[in-house]
Amino acid sequence: MDMKSLYLLIALAPLAGSIIAGLFGWAIGRRAAHVVTILGVAVSAVLSFRVLYGFMSGQAEVFNEPVYTWLTVGGIDYSVGFLVDSLTAMMLVVVTSVSLMVHIYTIGYMHEDPGYQRFFSYISLFTFSMLMLVMSNNFIQLFFGWEAVGLVSYLLIGFWFKRPTAIYANLKAFLVNRVGDFGFLLGIGLVMAYFGGSLDYQAVFAAAPALAGKTIQIIPGVDWSLITVTCLLLFVGAMGKSAQFPLHVWLPDSMEGPTPISALIHAATMVTAGIFMVARMSPLYEMSDVALNFILVIGSITALFMGFLGIVQTDIKRVVAYSTLSQLGYMTVALGVSAYSVAVFHLMTHAFFKALLFLGAGSVIMGMHHDQDMRNMGGLRKYMPITWLTSLLGSLALIGTPFFSGFYSKDSIIEAVQASHLPASGFASFAVIVGVFVTAFYSFRMYFLVFHGKERWMEAKHGHDAHGHDDHDHHHGLGPNDKPHESPWVVTLPLILLAIPSVVIGYLAIEPMLYGDFFKNVIFVNHEAHPVMEELAHEFHSAAGMGMHAFTTAPFWLALAGVVVAWFFYMKAPHIPAKIKQTFAPVNRLLENKYYLDEIYYAVFAKGSRALGTFFWKIGDMLLIDGLFVNGSAKLVGAFSRVTRKLQTGFIYSYATTMIIGVLALVTIWFAPLIIR
Amino acid sequence: MNWADLHLMPALPEIFLLSALSVILVLDLFVSDARRGITYLLTLLTLAVCAGIQIATSVPYVTTTFSGMFVDDPLADIVKVGMYGFTAIVLVFTRQYMADRGLFKGEYFTLSLFALLGMNVMVSASHFLTLYIGLELLSLALYALIALNRDSTSSTEAAMKFFVLGALSSGLLLYGMSMVYGATGSLDIVQIGKAIQGGSGNTVLLVFGLVFIVAGLSFKLGAVPFHMWVPDVYQGSPTAITLMVGAAPKLAALVFMIRILVQGMGPMVGDWQGMLVIVAVLSMAIGNITAIAQTNIKRMLAYSTISHMGYMLLGLLAGTAQGYSAALFYAFSYVLMTVVGFGILLALSRAGFECERLEDLKGLNGRNSWYALLMLLTMFSMTGIPPLVGFYAKLVVIQAVVDIGMFWLAVFAVLMSLIGAFYYLRVVKHMYFDEVQDTAPIVVRGDAKLVLSLSGLALLVLGVLPQGLLELCLEAMRTSLAAL
Repeated sequence: MDMKSLYLLIALAPLAGSIIAGLFGWAIGRRAAHVVTILGVAVSAVLSFRVLYGFMSGQAEVFNEPVYTWLTVGGIDYSVGFLVDSLTAMMLVVVTSVSLMVHIYTIGYMHEDPGYQRFFSYISLFTFSMLMLVMSNNFIQLFFGWEAVGLVSYLLIGFWFKRPTAIYANLKAFLVNRVGDFGFLLGIGLVMAYFGGSLDYQAVFAAAPALAGKTIQIIPGVDWSLITVTCLLLFVGAMGKSAQFPLHVWLPDSMEGPTPISALIHAATMVTAGIFMVARMSPLYEMSDVALNFILVIGSITALFMGFLGIVQTDIKRVVAYSTLSQLGYMTVALGVSAYSVAVFHLMTHAFFKALLFLGAGSVIMGMHHDQDMRNMGGLRKYMPITWLTSLLGSLALIGTPFFSGFYSKDSIIEAVQASHLPASGFASFAVIVGVFVTAFYSFRMYFLVFHGKERWMEAKHGHDAHGHDDHDHHHGLGPNDKPHESPWVVTLPLILLAIPSVVIGYLAIEPMLYGDFFKNVIFVNHEAHPVMEELAHEFHSAAGMGMHAFTTAPFWLALAGVVVAWFFYMKAPHIPAKIKQTFAPVNRLLENKYYLDEIYYAVFAKGSRALGTFFWKIGDMLLIDGLFVNGSAKLVGAFSRVTRKLQTGFIYSYATTMIIGVLALVTIWFAPLIIR
Repeated sequence: MNWADLHLMPALPEIFLLSALSVILVLDLFVSDARRGITYLLTLLTLAVCAGIQIATSVPYVTTTFSGMFVDDPLADIVKVGMYGFTAIVLVFTRQYMADRGLFKGEYFTLSLFALLGMNVMVSASHFLTLYIGLELLSLALYALIALNRDSTSSTEAAMKFFVLGALSSGLLLYGMSMVYGATGSLDIVQIGKAIQGGSGNTVLLVFGLVFIVAGLSFKLGAVPFHMWVPDVYQGSPTAITLMVGAAPKLAALVFMIRILVQGMGPMVGDWQGMLVIVAVLSMAIGNITAIAQTNIKRMLAYSTISHMGYMLLGLLAGTAQGYSAALFYAFSYVLMTVVGFGILLALSRAGFECERLEDLKGLNGRNSWYALLMLLTMFSMTGIPPLVGFYAKLVVIQAVVDIGMFWLAVFAVLMSLIGAFYYLRVVKHMYFDEVQDTAPIVVRGDAKLVLSLSGLALLVLGVLPQGLLELCLEAMRTSLAAL
């Protein structure tokens, strides 16, 4: 099989599964639906591993070819094309392997759901879209994948479409992403207009150096650097998709969707598309320090302040969601300091351990009969041993315990920030360091509340009073005599399979990915202007050495402090958190209301645009467009049509006359000048 | 002189068609009404064999026979294969309809095949005489087909109108041809082209002839102001015959125009381009605007056809290879849309009931959502909504006029298609948002249903993947029209 067909197969196998399960799911039944979709993704996963192996062993060559030209307009080709290099290969493996785990897990999680086939169809469709996104070699296909994953995300957040909260959440995700995509589309527009008239990555990157000093005027009289504006606009797209402050508000609400997709889409893959995109565009971003600083600031804010919100959540999935936001902030910070490879490295490790944490949380939710409130849990360790152990491993990876995968990627980010000389790196450095403590604290707060301590489900009342729209229709919780139970093997197997990379992948991959040749010629770094990676390489000796060295650094002790404080607050002295809450009531209120961003957005944007809409509706639509243009022109056309209709008399002599008149008119027009001349 | 010297290979499909046609004509005399299916199957078989021969004997260059009066080139090949296919589809669709009305007779098939033969000759003609013979063969067969239901006053009236006006237009065309003959001294298309190129013709005479030729050709297409027959014939004929008139002949007419205007009078492009602009503008305007006032779907589709012919002319008048291939692409997609649209109307008609008023489509979605969807695809495609083939067709013809700098014409075309959107979408509104009025079950033969579904889906597939057909059209134009 040549490489082109292999890559096509990787992308299309999940699509085939999705189509079969989606269109014919009613006919083939539940079992066949999951078999066919899992088969499709498994084929993709196996081939992806083969592709990655090719790049690791150095045998594979970069593949960059158009596959199908959709159309050519104005000299620009809109084509489907694949660019497969080591970055793509890594993303392929991450996407397909996590997706495969989630597919298997879904068999258990969605077992009772009437929308079983639909769900499988959606997640396979998502896998296809994500693969198209990461394999793209041009901006149009990137945008297609970008929108397609957004669409599936929208469909899946609203999967339980009878719940008003789910519909609210998916609408919110849709609208917020629209803001980001608008910027993204404008960015692509600038690329198309100025970068050599092509949308192909290679051509655009080749055209970029010549445009370094070029300025454009968006507001007349003010010169802006073209590269900076382009990079910023593209990054706005990434902010929407990767949920960066201030466009992050949709991600916590997206937890309304079933847990498997929270793991797949809203933790491991789709939300990292923005990170991937910036890493892919590294030749552009390297040319603009302004854009890098902006990215750094946004990433720092997200990393720190979203972590704070994780502390006050009571819904198990929301804790993980805020942790995802915070970790995405870390990745963005890494992008900002030109450590693209570190960002992508963290993307990979995070994909595994965050998927693990989400699936673990889902397993807990199943064990608790769809009760998601951590205050009703406790002591689950002895009822759900596998879930407990894997979640512990995931949490350890997340907080950066030495030798775990998260440690290598997160510590590299912290070091990279400290090595950076960008103006914003001071604030970023503070944010990521404090973030370590916060991460450890909320992670282990969740861990202790769920798996240790008193078994609180007996006295829990399911009155739905405390947690507003986090409730669910089929939220029933455990009865007084029920006990939590371990999940079936289809659920625990993915947990175990994800726990393995969560522990070891960092140790294995750090050297080739960050300091080896793996990303050579794929990720471009201007080492003279941004020497971060060189400094890191200078200090790095071996993965084991880095792990040993960690015990003498601040992040390790901060993480440990976080764990200890969490243990003390929630195991040893549970009355303290309540007391702190009272003492710092304003702070608590601020956090519980998520910095009031939702309210502000609602008051300013939603109400504002509705007021604007009303204005346009009354004046623009009703009066001008409806009244004058639409009805006016309709009346005009209607009047014409009544006239022209009358011409058709039905009498043959009038028809013939018309023809003769037509000929006479033509003769007059063309013949008269000839005669006169 | 022996047979081999005649080089009849280029005309082999036509020779076979004529022979098979004669066989069917005679055989049918011995077939009882109950076994008319035999004639039907033989006709389909003939079409299949013709297509097979056409493909097997096709060569990627121009060949001639009958002393240069008959030409076979890639353009003729793809158009003829298209016509065989569309004729076969039409026969499949109309079987039940004709049987219900007692019109499922041998004449139907032989006349259809005669019409096809005429079209083939038109497409392959390289001489004014062959062109004219082909045209008359087609026209005579169509007159008879329209009047096939001889007890129906509307059918005979339509046939009569078509006949008288057709005779008039043939007269105009013939008159124009004679002028050109007078100016250039030749009836052979290639010779005429050379004579005009060399400047030996009398310009006054040529322009005078050209006006009449354009008028005659416009009548065959049904373009304004020579369009008056179209609505009456569409409405008056049995729906099956309307489809026969509205489908493949448009393809033939386009190639007919290309042969005369582009190959014969190519050097006068400056003159005929201006004439076609007038005709195209009027067609798009009158067609789209008048269609709004119609309550009869067949009549509405007639005006829609008039406007589509205007769009098709945009490609032709551009005078470039891209333009001609755009026009051909437009013709193919137009015929496909027509076939599906009328196919649905045929499917909804039954013994004693003609589906031809707009109200008859009300609530179709509730009766049969699949047919409603196919009709929706057709209407969207006719409007020019992506990703259906009609969108691409409009895109390429508009692109062709933009390429020659006629921006105002492109803007006008877009505005007119906007007006057209109204009556197409009205059909969709009737199907999806109105209450069901007619609750009779829809019974369609399995083969017709299958072919109808496939044709409907082809609208979508060709819209998503238009490149293949586009390139085929362009390639055919490039190799067939040597001057390009």
